[in-house]
Amino acid sequence: MEATIEVTGLRKRFGPALALDGMTFTVAPGQVTGFVGPNGAGKSTTMRIILGLDAADAGTATVGGRPYASLRHPLSQVGSLLDAGALQPSRSARNHLLWLAHSQGLGARRADEVIEQAGLRSAARRKAGGYSLGMRQRLGIAAALLGDPPVLMFDEPFNGMDPEGIVWMRGFLRSLAAEGRAVLVSSHLMSELQDTADHLVVIGRGRVIADASVAALIAAASADRVTVRTPARDEAMTVLARAGAEPAATARDVITVSGLTPERVVKLLSDNSVPFAELSAHRASLEEAYMELTRDAVEFRAEVTP
Amino acid sequence: MNVMTPYHSELRVRRDGFTQLLRAEWTKFRTVRGWLVGMAVAMLLIVGLGALTGANSECGIQLGPNSPSLACPAPPTGPGGEWVTDSFYFVRQPLAGNGSITVRVTSLTGLYSTSGGFASDQNPTAGMTPGVQPWSKAGIIVKASTRRGTAYAAMMVTGSHGVRMQWNFTHDVAGLTGKASAASPRWLRLTRSGDTITGYDSADGAHWTRVGIATLVGLPSTAQAGLFAASPGYSVTSRSFGGSSSTGGPTLAIAAFDQVGRQGTWPASRWTGEAIQGAFDKALPVSAQGFTQTAGRFTVSGSGDIAPATDSIDVIRHTLAGTFAGLIAVVVIGVMFVTAEYRRGMIRTTFTASPRRGRVLAAKAIVLAAVTFAVGLVATAVTIPLGEHLLHGNGNPIPPVTALTWLQVVAGTAALLAVSAVLGLAVGTLLRRSAGAITAVIVAIVLPYLLAVTPGILPAGVEQWLVRVTPAAAFAVQQSIQHYPQVTQDYTPGNGYFPLAPWAGFAVLCAWAALALTFAVFLLRRRDV
Repeated sequence: MEATIEVTGLRKRFGPALALDGMTFTVAPGQVTGFVGPNGAGKSTTMRIILGLDAADAGTATVGGRPYASLRHPLSQVGSLLDAGALQPSRSARNHLLWLAHSQGLGARRADEVIEQAGLRSAARRKAGGYSLGMRQRLGIAAALLGDPPVLMFDEPFNGMDPEGIVWMRGFLRSLAAEGRAVLVSSHLMSELQDTADHLVVIGRGRVIADASVAALIAAASADRVTVRTPARDEAMTVLARAGAEPAATARDVITVSGLTPERVVKLLSDNSVPFAELSAHRASLEEAYMELTRDAVEFRAEVTP
Repeated sequence: MNVMTPYHSELRVRRDGFTQLLRAEWTKFRTVRGWLVGMAVAMLLIVGLGALTGANSECGIQLGPNSPSLACPAPPTGPGGEWVTDSFYFVRQPLAGNGSITVRVTSLTGLYSTSGGFASDQNPTAGMTPGVQPWSKAGIIVKASTRRGTAYAAMMVTGSHGVRMQWNFTHDVAGLTGKASAASPRWLRLTRSGDTITGYDSADGAHWTRVGIATLVGLPSTAQAGLFAASPGYSVTSRSFGGSSSTGGPTLAIAAFDQVGRQGTWPASRWTGEAIQGAFDKALPVSAQGFTQTAGRFTVSGSGDIAPATDSIDVIRHTLAGTFAGLIAVVVIGVMFVTAEYRRGMIRTTFTASPRRGRVLAAKAIVLAAVTFAVGLVATAVTIPLGEHLLHGNGNPIPPVTALTWLQVVAGTAALLAVSAVLGLAVGTLLRRSAGAITAVIVAIVLPYLLAVTPGILPAGVEQWLVRVTPAAAFAVQQSIQHYPQVTQDYTPGNGYFPLAPWAGFAVLCAWAALALTFAVFLLRRRDV
């Protein structure tokens, strides 16, 4: 069975709150899949259900085709980092990795390897309780890598990282995917994933809103807009409207056109001898695409929704 | 979507097994310094409080106002190696080789003092009230010698326990019921054949029933045989808050015999009367005892008892007085072993690494129990000899204990600590909070134990009930002294006597731990973590 995460129709209710409402998606190997959504959208709950920590009310979550609870050496099939603070402060980082290694039938040498990989060698024998959040994230990454698994899952790994750490993390995630692993990374900030993820699963209110490649998502969100600066504003608007566009006057000598490519706008204006001083095409950022998608799904807005 | 070869690890993973889980939990345990320190503290508490008890318990006697204080004497030792009381009035003749003695008992009465003690050495029974003690005894006896603690077998009537055959202090077999009187006398017979003494009783002297057969190893060919009377000390224990006090004193048994019949070789021509008694026996002075013989009728007055000694302190348990403190320490560690994981969410890492939660808890329990057992074993094996050494140095006689009893106390105490820690682990898993779980387990084990062994806080019935049904019942494993139904004694937990047998008491604790573990596994499987 291919090493993937498959989530099908997950539903989970916490008291009156519906946390997951038919969550369905697949994580493919060889790429970084961003798992994004506003706070409270259900990212962590989904991940906990994938790891068998929480039980779903309905639906299934499998790793490599099997439910997590049936895995015998789970850490060699899925590496995960849910909460970097989930450790005992009085135990050293190395000993934390050591008991994890022992639980998987691995030895101390493997623990030392992942310490090296996560860049923790100099701090490995210090108590984990004294670590900064960024260092704990690295320790959590080391734990996730312990079993050298084909599937990796990180919940908000950029939290608490300094800029240098963020750069390291991006490169690291990409290199993991480049080795052919399936990498699922959650974040509530799209900007963190902008240059990292190949594929995005955007969720809101417990369900998937969009499941597409980054390129497709941007293209869908930024129905191209072209801004034209022209002394002959009314003339230009007439020409463009005749061509089926929806020009709008945004300043005394500026119009914004949507529904036409920049090349088409240039050709129409030239053919009709309409002078223009400047023409600029505008592309939506991933961030804007995301805002657009999740506008209705944000749980915690200023106004209280019943 | 780019198509790639899925990742394959080069890492060689060994076969899945429970030993890996045990190893992981052991690594967890040994890498938290606080837990190792806690175990050392538990050990030090047990050893330290034991040493303190030994150092502070002095026993001494002064024979005169100006004489130096001497160590308390040890009671005589019976043929089985146990401490015994061997104090009675003996009307005897040597019996050479095999033979038998038969007698008819027509009454057993007695004297005791309601205010305790006795009047004076000159006239000890002055002012005493007539009345026989339940275990006042009189009858016939065959004994290796007149030295205290030697082998014997006896047939007797008792104050309120009918006819008994008793031998070598610890053996007791019931015969005819009811009291002996002129209207309803009791016939008793002992027959010696080699090392074997057989006891019979009869209501009419014609129809005999065998009561028991005693084998007295090494009984000399010429033994001492004859009539005896003894009456154990009487005591009334009154309880008040925080303690109990006893009023009591020695008593006298007076028995009337006739129809004395003998078979075999009895080389002496007449009966010799002698009070067998040690200097510190709880018996009336020799002057109060004696016998008369007129026309084949004998009256024998005797004081004391022929029985195992039950009034000495349980020295071994005494040295382990710090067990409850060490137990608190290991319970705290047991609880923390799981609640520390809940506190910061590490339990999720644990269950991610090992999704089968019941097995994780089992591995935790085994590691915790093994560590605690080892710590308990070392602590008790050090504390008992140390405490005994200090007690002995302070003049306390040290009762003999069989290797099996020693092993029972040492292994039992270690097991008591281990299972208590596991109970802590289970309750910690149930409640997921340290404070609540620690409190719950201490209230379940230590509190009932302290309430039961401190006399006067609770009624006696409640004390017994506490050490029967609560996990504190397991403290019975520390009892190294035995309960004898044929000896009247205040058999209370405060005196070191537990109502349940050692391993039955331990089983009660195990049942509680098993129940808590089962419930914990059930909840672990159902709950989201």
